[in-house]
Amino acid sequence: MAAISRAVARVPLLVGYNASPAQVAALGFIALFLVAFLIVPILRVILVAFTDPDGTFTLVHFGDFLRTALLREAFWNSIYVGVMTVALASLIAVPLAAILARYRFRGAALIHTLGVIPLVMPPFVGAVAMQLVWGRNGSVNLLLLDGLGIRIPFMEGLNGVIFVEALHYFPFILLNLSASLASIDSAMEESAQNLGAHGFGLFSRIVFPLALPGYVAGAALVFVKVFDDLATPLLLNVTNMLAPQAYLKITSVGITDRMGYVISVIMVCCSLGAMALAALVLKGRDFATQQRGGGGLARRRLSRTGTIVAAVFVVLTLAVVLSPHIGILLLSFATVWSFAVLPDGFTLAHYATVLREAGPLIANTVLYCGLAGLIDVVLGAILAYIVLRTRLPGRRLVEHVAMSAVAIPGLVLGLGLLRTYYDVPLPNGEPLATFWLMLVIAYAVRRLPYALSAAGAALQQLHVSLEEAAENLGAGKFRVLARIVVPLMTGGLAAGFVTSFATAAVELSATLVLVARNADAPLSYGIYVYMQSAAGRGPGAALGVIAVVVVAIATFIAYRFTERGRGRAAREAF
Amino acid sequence: MVHVTTLARRLAAATLVLASSAAHAQQLEDKLTIVTSFSKDLTAPFAAAFEKKHPGTKVEVQNRNTAAAVAFIRETRSSPPDVFWASAPDAFEVLKKNSLLQKYSPKAQGVAAKVGAYPVNDPEGFYVGFAASGYGIMYNTRYMRANSLPVPKEWDDLKKPVYFGHVGISAPSRSGTTHLTVETLLQGEGWDRGWASLLEIGGNLVQVSDRSFGVPDAVNSGQYGVGIVIDFFGLSAKASGFPVEFVYPRLTTIVPANVGIIANARNQKAAEAFVEFLLSDEGQQILLDPKIQRLPVRIATYDKAPAGYPNPFKDTSLGSAVNFNVDVSETRYELLNALYDRLITFRLKELNAAWKAIQEAEKKLGPGAGAEAKRLLAEARKLASAVPITETEAADKAIAGSFQEVKKGQKVAGRQAEFEEKWDSFALKNYAEAKLLAEKALTAK
Repeated sequence: MAAISRAVARVPLLVGYNASPAQVAALGFIALFLVAFLIVPILRVILVAFTDPDGTFTLVHFGDFLRTALLREAFWNSIYVGVMTVALASLIAVPLAAILARYRFRGAALIHTLGVIPLVMPPFVGAVAMQLVWGRNGSVNLLLLDGLGIRIPFMEGLNGVIFVEALHYFPFILLNLSASLASIDSAMEESAQNLGAHGFGLFSRIVFPLALPGYVAGAALVFVKVFDDLATPLLLNVTNMLAPQAYLKITSVGITDRMGYVISVIMVCCSLGAMALAALVLKGRDFATQQRGGGGLARRRLSRTGTIVAAVFVVLTLAVVLSPHIGILLLSFATVWSFAVLPDGFTLAHYATVLREAGPLIANTVLYCGLAGLIDVVLGAILAYIVLRTRLPGRRLVEHVAMSAVAIPGLVLGLGLLRTYYDVPLPNGEPLATFWLMLVIAYAVRRLPYALSAAGAALQQLHVSLEEAAENLGAGKFRVLARIVVPLMTGGLAAGFVTSFATAAVELSATLVLVARNADAPLSYGIYVYMQSAAGRGPGAALGVIAVVVVAIATFIAYRFTERGRGRAAREAF
Repeated sequence: MVHVTTLARRLAAATLVLASSAAHAQQLEDKLTIVTSFSKDLTAPFAAAFEKKHPGTKVEVQNRNTAAAVAFIRETRSSPPDVFWASAPDAFEVLKKNSLLQKYSPKAQGVAAKVGAYPVNDPEGFYVGFAASGYGIMYNTRYMRANSLPVPKEWDDLKKPVYFGHVGISAPSRSGTTHLTVETLLQGEGWDRGWASLLEIGGNLVQVSDRSFGVPDAVNSGQYGVGIVIDFFGLSAKASGFPVEFVYPRLTTIVPANVGIIANARNQKAAEAFVEFLLSDEGQQILLDPKIQRLPVRIATYDKAPAGYPNPFKDTSLGSAVNFNVDVSETRYELLNALYDRLITFRLKELNAAWKAIQEAEKKLGPGAGAEAKRLLAEARKLASAVPITETEAADKAIAGSFQEVKKGQKVAGRQAEFEEKWDSFALKNYAEAKLLAEKALTAK
């Protein structure tokens, strides 16, 4: 404790909070950032939920929500779909993460990369491909109909939504759980083995509980994301859920109904509730281990049968979760694909069509999403550190505000930013709101929750005594951060960056509001423009493939980067 | 009293202006910003042709969906884009009500005043129609063959049981053109009969899409077989090689596509030139491009159209059957959207179930059904095609006002949510009862 008191000796007031002035300043900066780019813009849009036509405050619209049968039904449907999706996504992600963390596998980097791809569902293209593969008359059903005379409604009703959402969002669990598994002290496992634990018992009693922060962070994100996702329900034409109800109200031209904003407020509250619940699950437990740098679980070679079983599982899972992307790939080479198992013919013409404009679109996407991912990782890590390591007042509030962004519809944020910053001119006279940096900020704000939970999970596994030890050895706060904390959190931070980057690369709703010049447009906008006509389907799919490849490359690099860090100290057990 | 040198300078300047205007037809600004919801297939040829005609003016096309476009124009009023170019008349109405458009009377001659039953231009002059499109039925030929479906020709065909689960439409609240089609149908058949038709067709619907292009997209993929769409969606898909066909029903509706100059446009002259260009013979001919396929509003342009190109000015069945009443439409615009959503979009499953039961009972009982069975079925049909409010109520300013942006002090009959909840329980109750009655008819004498 000597080090801490020395560090804050000059500011006696902060001793009680266990914080340094720099941390206070950092918290203040993050709070300011959120006020400027989240709270103020959002409030300027959704305040109407609390007012009547005369502008006076009222809660009557929330009463209307409760009195409306359709919305009550939508509420329970959203909860049901969220919970069931977490269950189904866990069935995909947990075994995959366990296999990857436990066994030495050729092509692990490739599998990790492919495991992230499902997050990248290019707007419209993804929906078309999904229908062509899994729809009523998609490839799978046409084959089933031909062979067995049956048709399985993969894409119908709430269960269809659960199926598609699980395929789409399981990487949240995979990424966070993998990061957590990689941070487990192998000594724990060895002790358990010495005491006689092995196999499934070892995994379920020792390994999985130690990785719980990562799993819970991922599962909570899946729930919240699914709860707030509107693309999938709209794709499946399911309207009796909250997100599509809010969206249809907010985005209908000339409709001034307040209910859309009321639903948005309720969705934010539910998402925060889910996050709080997740925190409660972890509360009072200690996941931190002191010995670090052990390179995670001991990796072993699999027996021949084991290899085959694991390989079959991995290949099958990847085939299913990547099916929409295989569909997009086919679509991008297809001449015409209609009511058939496969396209009628193949061509390279669509790539030729998009070749000329793809360059700037890719450059913009990498620039915007890379910056947004960096902002998220930096702010997320700092905020997580302050929340978990200090007792500064208001830190939880800032965290909740940051988390609430996950439930804000992109259109609402885009609209709020436009309203707040259009009349703020840049030095060259252009409005700040339509400057490309605003798009970066919009992406970053909405994805900050991913990086924040990933960083939080990583930090929860890191024992504070490591930092104290370093401080006792004379390291300053900054040095401790730079040499101890950040390196040991790399896995979690990389997971946060990848999720932010991957989802930002295909974000459309805020993009459509904020992009003012074609030269500033990212890939998602290019895809949107093509996907509005029959002739544009192929070129749109080609751009979709390009978006997926961009994300895959970024993910691969991030994975390699963290593996190298781990590899330096990795030990292997046989 | 003007100084001689100043005069000379002015003269020189004037000569310069004259000289340069001789070089270019008009001296426009160097930039023109257009916000549009049209697809690239349409915007790119127009932008290119315009730039060619007016070298020195760079056209910046911003593609946004209609909602995002309206929001963008609304939020950027301090320094707005120049032109709004889209189909949805409702979006133009919203902008007009918010004083975001400026009046402009085009100088172009030879443009029709009415296409079908619908006036081409905004009567107040805030936006003008530059093209028209007819509504009709598009179908996927492979899908029809695989499911042995007959080709539908008329709106009434879509009520037939054979199409159950094969038809899609976009919601009127999400597509201004679908809205106009629904409104035209209601004005043509009358409120009660019109709703009965909508609900019976609704019984067969497999999807009510949240965007106009969602319907042709699904038909192109073969996700379902039949779509109620605007003509160019069907025609251009066919031109792109998809196995689809498009038919105009005998009584179709014609809807315009519009352009308007935004209030305080920064590039006023270029904006005006663009509107004139759209209406010129040159611009109108671009509409005939197979990837665009819209109906020109300039009558003479049809002389250059390929054989078989639909011509609403010659073929009187195209959209002229109904005398469209703009005032009626405007008053109940938002109410109609909400009503359709409550009765059909959000309760599609229940509506499907009711009509499925009725169709099955009618098929099993056949024409020789007993009197009691017939009575039960008639009752079921009545319930499954009933509308919760009358035409008079829908035209009531206070009731319709509950669905609009209310000005301070304006009297409204209630909140939108209250009406919607009433309609929702009306629909649920009726559809459930209709289903029960139809099932009861099966066992009745």
